[in-house]
Amino acid sequence: MKKYIFLPHTADVKFQASGKTIEEAFENSALALKERMCNAKIKAKKEKKIEISGRDFENLLYNFLEEFLYLLDAEDFITSKIKSIKISKFKLKAIVVGDKASNYKFSNDVKAITYNEMFVKNTKNLPANFGATKSKKANDFVGEKNKYTTQVVLDV
Amino acid sequence: MEIKKISDNIYEMPKSGKMNVPAKIFVSENMIKNIKGDKALQQIKNVAMMPGILKASMVMPDAHQGYGFPIGGVAAFDIEKGVISPGGVGYDINCSVRLLRTNLTLKDIKNKKEIIHSLFRSIPSGVGRGDKLILNKQELNGVLKEGAQWAVKKGYGVKEDYLHTEEEGKLNGANPDNVSERAKKRGLPQLGSLGAGNHFLEIQVVDEIYDEKIAREFGLEKGQITIMIHCGSRGLGHQVASDYIRLMEMEYKWPEQDRELVNAPINSKLGKEYFSAMACAANFAFANKQLITHWIREDLKHYFPKLKAEVVYDVCHNIAKFEKHTIDGKEKQVLIMRKGATRSFGEGREEIPKAYRKVGQPVIIPGSMGTASYVLVGTKKAEEISFSSTCHGAGRVESRTSAKKQRTGEEVKKDLSKKGIEVESGSMRGLSEEAPEAYKDIDEVIKVVDEVGIGKKVARLKPIAVMKG
Repeated sequence: MKKYIFLPHTADVKFQASGKTIEEAFENSALALKERMCNAKIKAKKEKKIEISGRDFENLLYNFLEEFLYLLDAEDFITSKIKSIKISKFKLKAIVVGDKASNYKFSNDVKAITYNEMFVKNTKNLPANFGATKSKKANDFVGEKNKYTTQVVLDV
Repeated sequence: MEIKKISDNIYEMPKSGKMNVPAKIFVSENMIKNIKGDKALQQIKNVAMMPGILKASMVMPDAHQGYGFPIGGVAAFDIEKGVISPGGVGYDINCSVRLLRTNLTLKDIKNKKEIIHSLFRSIPSGVGRGDKLILNKQELNGVLKEGAQWAVKKGYGVKEDYLHTEEEGKLNGANPDNVSERAKKRGLPQLGSLGAGNHFLEIQVVDEIYDEKIAREFGLEKGQITIMIHCGSRGLGHQVASDYIRLMEMEYKWPEQDRELVNAPINSKLGKEYFSAMACAANFAFANKQLITHWIREDLKHYFPKLKAEVVYDVCHNIAKFEKHTIDGKEKQVLIMRKGATRSFGEGREEIPKAYRKVGQPVIIPGSMGTASYVLVGTKKAEEISFSSTCHGAGRVESRTSAKKQRTGEEVKKDLSKKGIEVESGSMRGLSEEAPEAYKDIDEVIKVVDEVGIGKKVARLKPIAVMKG
C-alpha cells in the first residue's frame, strides 16, 4: 500500500498521505515532503527532537511539516525517517533521524507549507468518492486499513 | 460563478452573497478558460469578502490559483476599516525582479556556455544555504533594516543601484524585533543566494523596441545585452509569513472562506507588527539581489574588463504597500496588497526615480524559461483602473506533475540549446517542471496588458543563457 500520492495542481505541489493511525499519517506526510525535496537515500547519522503543539490537527500538521523546512534551512539537516512519533490531543513529540543536508543533491525547493485545501481526516467511513479516491490508483491508497488521510499543498 | 464581459479584456464578477465589492478580471477571451479551470475565481471572490476592501478585488492577466489571494491578485484596503493578511502577500515576500543593462552587444558574447557556467559556479543557488557570505546576527539586523542600502554601504555595489530600485531598496518601518529567531536562523545562511524553483538569472538580448523614446530613457537599445535576476527573501520571508499566520490565528478567527486569508486590522498591534516584519523580509530580498548583482559584475569582469552593468530597475511581486490613490474623486492613503503582480506607476509619481519620473516607472516582466521577457512602462490608466498594478509574468497553466511526465530535464535543456539558449541548472527535475510549455503564452499576457493600458510595451528581451537553481 502506498504511503502517499502526489496529485495535480496548477502551480504548486499537492499530496495526500495516509496511515492506520494519526501518527502514521503525519509520518507519511513528512516522508512525502522529503521526497519532494530530495529523492536521494539519506543516511541516519544524526537525531533531532521535535516538540510542537497546535490548535487543531491541521495546525499541528502545518507546524510539524514546517519544522522540517526549518531544520533544513537553519540546521542543514535532512530527514531519512521518523524514529518515533506520539500525538496526544494537539501536542506532538517526535524523534527524527537524518544527515547533513549539504551532503546530498536536492531536486526541488519547498518554500512553505500552506493551509490551502489542507485536511486531516478520519477516512475509514468516508464515501468512495472522497478526495482522490475517484482514481483507481487512489483507491488502493485510501484503503480500509488506512484510517487517517491528510492533504497538503506545498508552496514551491 | 457568474462573470460578465465589461469590455475587451475586462470581465466582472458582480457583487453577491458576502462579497463587499465586485471582482474585476483583466484577461483575454482566449485565456479566460485557464482562469476558470482552477480555483482562481473562487479565490478572488474570497478576497472580495474581506473587511475594508475598496472598489474591487482584482486579478491580472497571468492569474492562476494561489493560496489565500490568487496569484495575480491585487486589492486595496481602507486604512481605518481594512485588514492586512500574510495570504495577500504570499510566502515568498518580495519575490522580485531586477534588470541590468550592459555596454555589451550580442556579438561580444562568443562563449555563452562558458559564461553561464562561470556565473553558476560563482553565485550560490539551489535548495538550502549559500556559502559566499558569512553574516553574524547583528549584521543580519542591518540587512533587515536597510535592504539594498546595507549592501551598498558594505561595498557591494553603487548608490545608483538602489536609487533604481522600488522604495530605493529599503522598505521603511522594518524593525528586526518583529522577526522571530527562527526566521533569522533560516535567513542567516541564505543571504546572497538565488534559491531554486522558478527563480533564475538570465543573460538576454534586446531584440525588439516598441517605443524608441522611452527605451532611450531606460537606457535600452536593440542588440544590447541585459541581465535579469529573479529571486526573493528565501527561508526568512517564508518563515515570517508562517509565523504571522500562526499569530493572527491565535488573536483572530480566520475567515470561513479560507484559512489562508487570516488577517489583522491594519491599525492593530499585530497588523503593524506583520507589516514591519514583512518590510524586513522585503529588505532581505532587496539586499539579496544587490549582492548577486555585485557578484555578477565581479565574475563578468574576467571576460569583459570594461564591462558596465547598471541597474535599469528592480520591481516587487509579492508585497503590501501604503500608497496614495484616487478613490471616488478623492485622493487617499490606502494599503495595497499585490500577490504576483507588479506596481505600474505612470509619469509624475514621486515614488519613481528621478531619471524616469517624466516617462513613468519601468515595469519588468520575466517570461518563462526560454521565452521572451518584456520591459513596459507604467501608465496613468493603471492608476485609474487597477490601483497602479499590472501582471508579473506568464503564469502557470500546467501542473508540475504533468509537466514532469511530458519532458525530462535533459530534453528541456536540449530543446532550449537548439533554440540557442544555454541552460545551467542544479536540478534536472526542477528544470523539467519549469519547461516553457508549463506556462501561459507571455506574448498573449503582454498583449492584454498593453491593450487594456495597464502597462505599455517598451522593449522585448530574448534569453541567450539561463541559470536555474
